[in-house]
Amino acid sequence: MPKVENVTRARALTGVRVVVATTLCIIFLIPVLWMALTAFKPREAIISVPPRFFFTPSLEGFVGLLTQRSTLTRTQMEKYQQRTDLNWMDRIALQRGLAIIGPSQYVSRLTNSVIIAFFSTALAVTLGVLAAYAFSRFRVRGTADWQFFILSTRMLPPVVVTIPIFLMYRAVGLFDTHLGMILLYTCFNLSLSVWLLKGFMDEIPREYEEAALVDGYSRWQAFTLIVLPQAITGIAATIVFCLIFAWNEYAFALMLTSDTARTAPPSIPTVIGTAGVEWSAIAAGSLLFLIPVVIVTFALRNYLLRGITFGALRQ
Amino acid sequence: MAQAQDQAQAAVRGAPLARRRRALSDEALKRLFLWPTLTLLIVFNIFPLLYSLFLSFTEYSAINSSQPPRWIGLQNYSDLLSDPRTWSYFRITGFYVAASVLLETLVGFGLALLLRRKFWGSGLITTLILVPMMLSPVVVGLFWKLIYNPTYGIFNYLLGFPVGRGPDWLGTPTLAFWSVVIVDVWMWAPYVMLLCLAGLSAIPDYLYEAAEIDRAGSFYTFLRITLPMVAPLLLIAVLFRTIEAFKTFDLVMGLTGGGPGESTNMVAVSLYRTAFSEWQTGRASALAYIVLVLIIGVSNIYVKYLNQIKAG
Repeated sequence: MPKVENVTRARALTGVRVVVATTLCIIFLIPVLWMALTAFKPREAIISVPPRFFFTPSLEGFVGLLTQRSTLTRTQMEKYQQRTDLNWMDRIALQRGLAIIGPSQYVSRLTNSVIIAFFSTALAVTLGVLAAYAFSRFRVRGTADWQFFILSTRMLPPVVVTIPIFLMYRAVGLFDTHLGMILLYTCFNLSLSVWLLKGFMDEIPREYEEAALVDGYSRWQAFTLIVLPQAITGIAATIVFCLIFAWNEYAFALMLTSDTARTAPPSIPTVIGTAGVEWSAIAAGSLLFLIPVVIVTFALRNYLLRGITFGALRQ
Repeated sequence: MAQAQDQAQAAVRGAPLARRRRALSDEALKRLFLWPTLTLLIVFNIFPLLYSLFLSFTEYSAINSSQPPRWIGLQNYSDLLSDPRTWSYFRITGFYVAASVLLETLVGFGLALLLRRKFWGSGLITTLILVPMMLSPVVVGLFWKLIYNPTYGIFNYLLGFPVGRGPDWLGTPTLAFWSVVIVDVWMWAPYVMLLCLAGLSAIPDYLYEAAEIDRAGSFYTFLRITLPMVAPLLLIAVLFRTIEAFKTFDLVMGLTGGGPGESTNMVAVSLYRTAFSEWQTGRASALAYIVLVLIIGVSNIYVKYLNQIKAG
């Protein structure tokens, strides 16, 4: 009965594989889960020894992240406690003897992140769609060289390009401006968007457009009415990839902004806490920052391979 | 009547003209579509690179902009190459690249082998494992700092060290180096896994059936079928990770800031320090150029393979 034996052995192997894979998956997720947990911990639970897994959740970290507070004196405190117009944030701060005096810098930096990521993605994808169409449909002299050039711009370490860009920006007044960061991230994302979109466009049969051209459409009409609707999924995936990269970018933001246009990644380490490291605020900041990315990863899962290989591989 | 004939003739004569105009408009459209992208990339890449090439031959400090760059020829390069610290940055980076890429390959390939055959929930597991890869490295570095904390961190706790007796991962030079490697592997092994999964799924089943008929052992099958078939994609993963690990900056800044001492001072970090805290712009440009030449070498190979895979 060797066959039956084989089947049982195969089943047992699958079982082992499932268990091992699940365990590894959990191990992989511990850091992220731990961070999420930390974001909701009150201060005492964070520095408790040994690490605490159960605690009464608190939004202290988020309040610490999003607001600026000042310490209240005892008389101020008593006056404060009698007020009825306090919202939940005020009440959490009050428990520590603090009054909220305004939104923290982090709020404006998160706003900067959103603005810069949004506009740079819009630009990078718009320009990318046009260039990808040209590379995909027209004979461009030196196509291979241009494409290598476009991709190689992404391979350069940010620090290497930043020194001259810093001087250039300072000379023309783009240092620490939204426009400067948007342009820079557009460039940074263009290479990815051109490569990805070219792959998507290559898959759309030329015959559709050729038929349209024969029917009297202009090239522009064929592009907007036939190719673009067909490429819409590809464009959506590209948008999301560009958003993630612009959202996560740290090095350029660190070196080319100081305050007005500074984004969230370089400020999470510095913006928080004057007295020591406030881990719950850092964790809350990280969590707020990572949640969109995690959601998007799930939405993108079928395109991840394509994105990370610049469109060379598809699943 | 004559008028209509004229019109018809004009139409006939006009036809090739119209076609020519359309051909021209194709050409115009192509330019219109391409030049914004190419201009932008040239302005933001070629020009800065030429400028920093110039700066690399000068003595210049960006913070002291009243003093114009002073030409000193190859001085910066010879200073850098004779400075033992430069070599130590490259040595640390080299070890780091080797260790993390090797571990990522092993872990990633292992995970791919585990997940190649579908089972209930395997899709979810695969996606969950891919999450770290998408996160911002500096934020990752930051919360791993909490995890590594010697007193209340969870890392030592899970490793089973008694409270307060565990090693101080980020405070000890050798351990700090490996701490960064561990986080890098955590983030990027999924990347290798994803590429390996793609490679594995492309292996036709009949190869394995043939091997079974020939009574080939599982190790032999792995060595002669699985490995060679995955090799091209594995190579892509290794090349890409080599380039990226060489550039590691965000993670180190979030985790150790290059310390303790110089133990995690990678090339990109020291470059940043030379340029933006010591403000030795000329010297930093020279170091940047050395890095640039190395990176361009490796990315050339990478893009070539990428194109090959695209074509094949």
